[in-house]
Amino acid sequence: MKRLDALRGIYAHLEDRVVVTIMGAVAAELQSLGHRPNFFYLQHAMGLASSMGLGIALSKPERQVIVFDGDGSILMNLGGLTTLARYRPRNLVHVVFDNESLLSVGGFPTATATGSDLAGIAAAAGIPRTATVSTLDAFTRAFEDALGAGDLTTIVAKVEAVGPSAYVTDLSLLENRFQFSRSLRS
Amino acid sequence: MPVSTTSSRAVYDALKASGVRLMSALPETWLVHLIRMAEEDPEMTLVRLAKEEEGVGISAGAHLAGVRSAMLMQNHGFLASINGIVSCAQLYHIPLLMLISYRGEFGERDPWQTEGGGVTEDVLRALRIPFSSLDRVDQVAPRIAKAQTLALSANKPVALLLCRDLMWEEA
Repeated sequence: MKRLDALRGIYAHLEDRVVVTIMGAVAAELQSLGHRPNFFYLQHAMGLASSMGLGIALSKPERQVIVFDGDGSILMNLGGLTTLARYRPRNLVHVVFDNESLLSVGGFPTATATGSDLAGIAAAAGIPRTATVSTLDAFTRAFEDALGAGDLTTIVAKVEAVGPSAYVTDLSLLENRFQFSRSLRS
Repeated sequence: MPVSTTSSRAVYDALKASGVRLMSALPETWLVHLIRMAEEDPEMTLVRLAKEEEGVGISAGAHLAGVRSAMLMQNHGFLASINGIVSCAQLYHIPLLMLISYRGEFGERDPWQTEGGGVTEDVLRALRIPFSSLDRVDQVAPRIAKAQTLALSANKPVALLLCRDLMWEEA
């Protein structure tokens, strides 16, 4: 499965939901499908996208929050999975695109390439719903199930280590930040 | 435990008065009363962290959603949060109210706190984070209010150092 196809497969569900992504390929690919004011791309601070999603989910319990994370990023904040599980925001769906590598900085393998199981780690941290999927059908089904389940879910989507040709887009970081905040507060 | 209840109450009340409704915290001796007060307050969302840097992301999310927050941590927790502060809060102009217990100052008896104590202020200066010390209880309310005002007007992190003379009552 390609990450871009996975994002395309669920894009329609993102229209009214709060979306936070990590930097790099995920941010560029989601923007290539169409930016929306309710999308925020955390273009650095690796590991903190899930924490940011938690802060939003606790502050806006009436909104559903989607975090698009990556294996390299979540490996930098595994402790954050225990915090997510502890507060168990039922309005948060946490998707980890696992390409088993740090794609944007040379494609070096992460620990998931040698067997570290992120869904297993999430489940052991106490996340109530977890899944690992590796086909587009399984991913869209797992994502739609998570939206309907009304409980904290981590979906690890195994994807190919391919990305866009460029990572910098014409959306400035601060423009994104203030537009997103205004959309969240309205 | 000679952690000052009076000073902790003054800090907590000042945070509430400045509109803080979410606190992230990682326990440390000087913060025990503050964390308990947050825990017992139905108007406060307390997020207990595994590591302090998570708190930067949580506060950033809360701010973007319109909720005022504060981070309670030791100075070693501040040192552990630096990349988050720089590449989330500063990069994205997020107001961040950090209350940092300032271990390792004059009077510190724990040898393991002394290195972090020696670098805290220099690191805050290097990061261009405005900061002020709280040594006496009468400073608490006005300085917390002013720190919050600056954080919100400048959209940037600010820090208050909770000092030994404020937090610790020698037996």
